[in-house]
Amino acid sequence: MLYAIFCYNQEDVTTAWSPEHDARVMTDLKAVEDRLAAAGRLGPVARLLPTTAATTLRKGDTPLVIDGPFAETREQLLGFYVVDCADLDAALEVARDLAVANPGLGAYEIRPLQIFRPGGDVGSLG
Amino acid sequence: MTDTAWISTTLTSARPQAVGALLRYFRDLDRAEEAFQDACLRALRTWPDKGPPRDPVAWLIMVGRNAGIDQVRRGSRLTPLPDEAALSDLEDAEPDLAERLDGADYRDDILRLMFICCHPDLPPTQQIALALRIVSGLTVPQIARAFLVSEAAMEQRITRAKARIAAAGTSFETPDPVQRAERLGAVAAMAYLIFNEGYSAGPGEGRAGLCDEALRLSRLLLRLFQVEPEIMGLTALMLLQHSRATARHNAEGEVILLDDQDRSLWNRQMIAEGLALIDKAMRHARPGPYQIQAAIAALHARAATPAQTDWAQIDQLYASLERLQPSPVVTLNRAVAVSKTKGPAAALEMILPLESRLSSYFYFHGLMGSLLLQLKRPIEARASFDKAISLAGSLADADHMRRQIDRLSAARADA
Repeated sequence: MLYAIFCYNQEDVTTAWSPEHDARVMTDLKAVEDRLAAAGRLGPVARLLPTTAATTLRKGDTPLVIDGPFAETREQLLGFYVVDCADLDAALEVARDLAVANPGLGAYEIRPLQIFRPGGDVGSLG
Repeated sequence: MTDTAWISTTLTSARPQAVGALLRYFRDLDRAEEAFQDACLRALRTWPDKGPPRDPVAWLIMVGRNAGIDQVRRGSRLTPLPDEAALSDLEDAEPDLAERLDGADYRDDILRLMFICCHPDLPPTQQIALALRIVSGLTVPQIARAFLVSEAAMEQRITRAKARIAAAGTSFETPDPVQRAERLGAVAAMAYLIFNEGYSAGPGEGRAGLCDEALRLSRLLLRLFQVEPEIMGLTALMLLQHSRATARHNAEGEVILLDDQDRSLWNRQMIAEGLALIDKAMRHARPGPYQIQAAIAALHARAATPAQTDWAQIDQLYASLERLQPSPVVTLNRAVAVSKTKGPAAALEMILPLESRLSSYFYFHGLMGSLLLQLKRPIEARASFDKAISLAGSLADADHMRRQIDRLSAARADA
């Protein structure tokens, strides 16, 4: 079974970390990753930029582009894509295509990645 | 990581919100700060055993409020209790506290706390000192070290600033949208002042850490005002400037100009975030000075080598900035772009009329010297570099000019 593990924390706190503190946390986390990678159990790893860097495309007849993360608690995070885009406009284009392919309720939150490590082959699903 | 490291980051990041709320309750800055201090002491005693509360900010406000009320009661034996109106909301039930923290009050509390530090009567140095003390929670010795003054002098500077804002009075009314926008503008300017204070310091100087602090304040503003393009621009500007921090000086602490910097030392994560924010800001089509400056910084960040820099675009952006915010310093910066696109003669022609207004500005004489040098007028160039040295604000800047002169002498010896 493959599991996704999503990291939640308080942004007020994490963005107040000193560069040294941030580096130390990343080093400590990397040690855990390295153990998993050595066992061939680690897939892609990503760290997202802060929610302030996010843009959301709200689905609908005329999709609405709004700043910030989509904070509607009635909807849950159901998956994610990692796509290479030149800039925000290119990313919005992809989100619009997704919204056309899967119309209706919901939203796509566009969050630039801060760290991305594709990782090893842990098999594939679906 | 030590056991208490997480506590101190939590307390630091909670500070603006907690002190802002306590200020609204007590309507007295000293009392609000004392109450927060009490709450922090209690957190340091209880959190290591019990773990952090679910909502540390709400916890600190509640505990601080109770501590503050105790203080008022104890003090009441000596001095008469302030009238009920002065202590607003004291009877509020606690359960609704957490709920209210999600509300708009929250945002206005923090904005008010930051805004009182930007009172127009306060000179910039006092605004910065006050904001670092009150909003960031730096200690007086830390601030004194950053500004290379004695602790006593800094204590006095902060006390004076506090007296001045107390005399001016603080509005506790909920601001209307126009007032809120004005406050936001003033607070953003203050954050940028702090940033520049850090940016202009040499490496290892106490002030260098102020860039990180200013960035933290700017991010905080951005979280409160997520759809304000100028706050996106300000945060992007700080990120893009600060991304070059390790490349801006060599091991001897000497200044390295943009063209000569090792671009592999630029912080890619900060650049990625800065570019993402400026992209977002541009979508609003409401340009402002921070966005334009960030867009200029973004063009430098996007250039893999100095030769790939889009100077024509930078020239245009400076032209927009000149229209929006005319200033001889902006024209001076534009002249650098013009020197790259149209040559040093055109740039020199552009800055000569600024001489009377910028005669005591370090960078004016530095650029003048460099343009004259490119135009093969070494004697005048030397005079300009000498003038720049006499005006340098930091040792690193003065050294940089001296090296220009050394190069000049070497070139003449070769000739």
